[in-house]
Amino acid sequence: MEKARPLWANSLQFVFACISYAVGLGNVWRFPYLCQMYGGGSFLVPYIIMLIVEGMPLLYLELAVGQRMRQGSIGAWRTISPYLSGVGVASVVVSFFLSMYYNVINAWAFWYLFHSFQDPLPWSVCPLNGNHTGYDEECEKASSTQYFWYRKTLNISPSLQENGGVQWEPALCLLLAWLVVYLCILRGTESTGKVVYFTASLPYCVLIIYLIRGLTLHGATNGLMYMFTPKIEQLANPKAWINAATQIFFSLGLGFGSLIAFASYNEPSNNCQKHAIIVSLINSFTSIFASIVTFSIYGFKATFNYENCLKKVSLLLTNTFDLEDGFLTASNLEQVKGYLASAYPSKYSEMFPQIKNCSLESELDTAVQGTGLAFIVYTEAIKNMEVSQLWSVLYFFMLLMLGIGSMLGNTAAILTPLTDSKIISSHLPKEAISGLVCLVNCAIGMVFTMEAGNYWFDIFNDYAATLSLLLIVLVETIAVCYVYGLRRFESDLKAMTGRAVSWYWKVMWAGVSPLLIVSLFVFYLSDYILTGTLKYQAWDASQDDKL
Amino acid sequence: MLWLLFFLVTAIHAELCQPGAENAFKVRLSIRTALGDKAYAWDTNEEYLFKAMVAFSMRKVPNREATEISHVLLCNVTQRVSFWFVVTDPSKNHTLPAVEVQSAIRMNKNRINNAFFLNDQTLEFLKIPSTLAPPMDPSVPIWIIIFGVIFCIIIVAIALLILSGIWQRRRKNKEPSEVDDAEDKCENMITIENGIPSDPLDMKGGHINDAFMTEDERLTPL
Repeated sequence: MEKARPLWANSLQFVFACISYAVGLGNVWRFPYLCQMYGGGSFLVPYIIMLIVEGMPLLYLELAVGQRMRQGSIGAWRTISPYLSGVGVASVVVSFFLSMYYNVINAWAFWYLFHSFQDPLPWSVCPLNGNHTGYDEECEKASSTQYFWYRKTLNISPSLQENGGVQWEPALCLLLAWLVVYLCILRGTESTGKVVYFTASLPYCVLIIYLIRGLTLHGATNGLMYMFTPKIEQLANPKAWINAATQIFFSLGLGFGSLIAFASYNEPSNNCQKHAIIVSLINSFTSIFASIVTFSIYGFKATFNYENCLKKVSLLLTNTFDLEDGFLTASNLEQVKGYLASAYPSKYSEMFPQIKNCSLESELDTAVQGTGLAFIVYTEAIKNMEVSQLWSVLYFFMLLMLGIGSMLGNTAAILTPLTDSKIISSHLPKEAISGLVCLVNCAIGMVFTMEAGNYWFDIFNDYAATLSLLLIVLVETIAVCYVYGLRRFESDLKAMTGRAVSWYWKVMWAGVSPLLIVSLFVFYLSDYILTGTLKYQAWDASQDDKL
Repeated sequence: MLWLLFFLVTAIHAELCQPGAENAFKVRLSIRTALGDKAYAWDTNEEYLFKAMVAFSMRKVPNREATEISHVLLCNVTQRVSFWFVVTDPSKNHTLPAVEVQSAIRMNKNRINNAFFLNDQTLEFLKIPSTLAPPMDPSVPIWIIIFGVIFCIIIVAIALLILSGIWQRRRKNKEPSEVDDAEDKCENMITIENGIPSDPLDMKGGHINDAFMTEDERLTPL
């Protein structure tokens, strides 16, 4: 008697699993950056257009394939055509690469979470130097949050060549991160289905709390106005459209095989069209929501730094000219500067080089993405809030939920084909296969805990998945529409779910989406070729800035 | 004559205490920054307190126990609230070496700060770097404790899940053999009449006709 395929306990678990996979760190740290770079409010126009034209159709396609074939990515594509099983293998390999380096982010989140239970927060003060007369030099030149990230967390080496040894603290955190992932995938859909209730919903709770806190912060409106003022001329910039398409594509996690894996555990009669629309809408809504939170935090941080800068300039002037303490305020600063320049020209010109020009715009202009945003900018804002330990714990807990949710999808993409294959699953029980996968990934992931590990991470992040995924999804779409046959697929879906496939989806699958992907692919390929040598940013300990 | 002496003394004092003089230190206070609305005004009484604190610090230095308040000289008080001071020896002709004054102030900086409700940032002695308080360093870093707790919880949970999975599988392995036994019994119950297997009446869920006597009862027992 053949074992029945495990199923989701209810369709809500499936939707939550997809949401928890799609809503990940990219929504929090990539979308706000893109929004800022490509015209603020006007970026939403290409974003929503790409969502409707590219995101929803491709998501529906993957879910439908998984639900119809009821196997992981390798088996599903082999069923469509034996020549196409390579697509499935490619998906598994890309998922493997991704899970190798993605869990390191969870390890860092754990590290920061554990360090949040201290007063004061360790990244809010610089450590003292040797004879306790001042602060550590590297920390003085950078800021305390940057110092904590680059020196305490990563202990980064000056370049990729100098590997250094494995740092035991991040290694322990990585081990813990993999153990947590193993715990969640141990029993297959039975355990994953329960975990995704939390990983999908808790981040929203934290985001709402942060939204309320963020909007009430001093200076938050500066950030929000700066972000949402639309710069209409950016709509004519092709890069805005390309980045919108790319963001939708990668944010939904297409091509990894995770969506196929999740959908394969569905009842055949499940209405995956409705779920595809729901998941893609929620994913985009979360991006916008997270960027509102991020920009209020940006505004707070920029205003705080601007006011600090003004205070420093006032102090410098007060000390040099022995003015009355408290006389200089933000409003009369310029006037007094002018007066002093005319009254004591020699003294003023002496100390003039030390006066920094404080500008709110330049503080807001520092657009950051990626780990820099999550671990430097946010921590800098958090350390200035009241009860900073609470906000810190909440924030890193949210990052962990987002990261683990995405990891569940990644590992499902690798495990489902393995457990589907008769050869492997007859020899080893499900728990052992999951354990082996986690062990291998953890061992390889130790590379990212070395001193040069962050450089490896950046390289993987930028180059590991982009082109391969575009190619995979392109082949997927062509395979379903032309190799398997669009009409055959449509009749399969109708027999399975009982609903006809609307003309809109057919037009998108057969024509528009492949064209879009081809153009993205051509763009990226030419971009790589034209750039020449591939680069990474290094941390210079003596200057404390990135090269 | 007395006036002449008085002017002489003040002149000597003036020479001893000058901005940039040997062994003189500049002090800078930021009272309004520190206290905001509760800031007090800097007047001669506060200056007297300052002299007293400096004299107190010097008296703690061995060989300088005889330092009096009048040995501390202040000059060039500005609106910033900054001024210069020197400490003279009992003869009031020479100033005490800067090194001694520096070490004395450093050792008592905390009490001087507290006397004026200020801290190291708002009461600055230029050229006297203050010793910063090292941050509290517990013997076991806090993060390792929390890490250990969560690590143990996760390991226990994994062990429980794996063990319960193994139990369930063992129970499932026993069940098919039990189901097989029941099937055998079912087969035994199928009676064979005239070589043709037929189901017993009650297995079909029909009613038993009590009027119909069973085989066994027709034959009287021996």
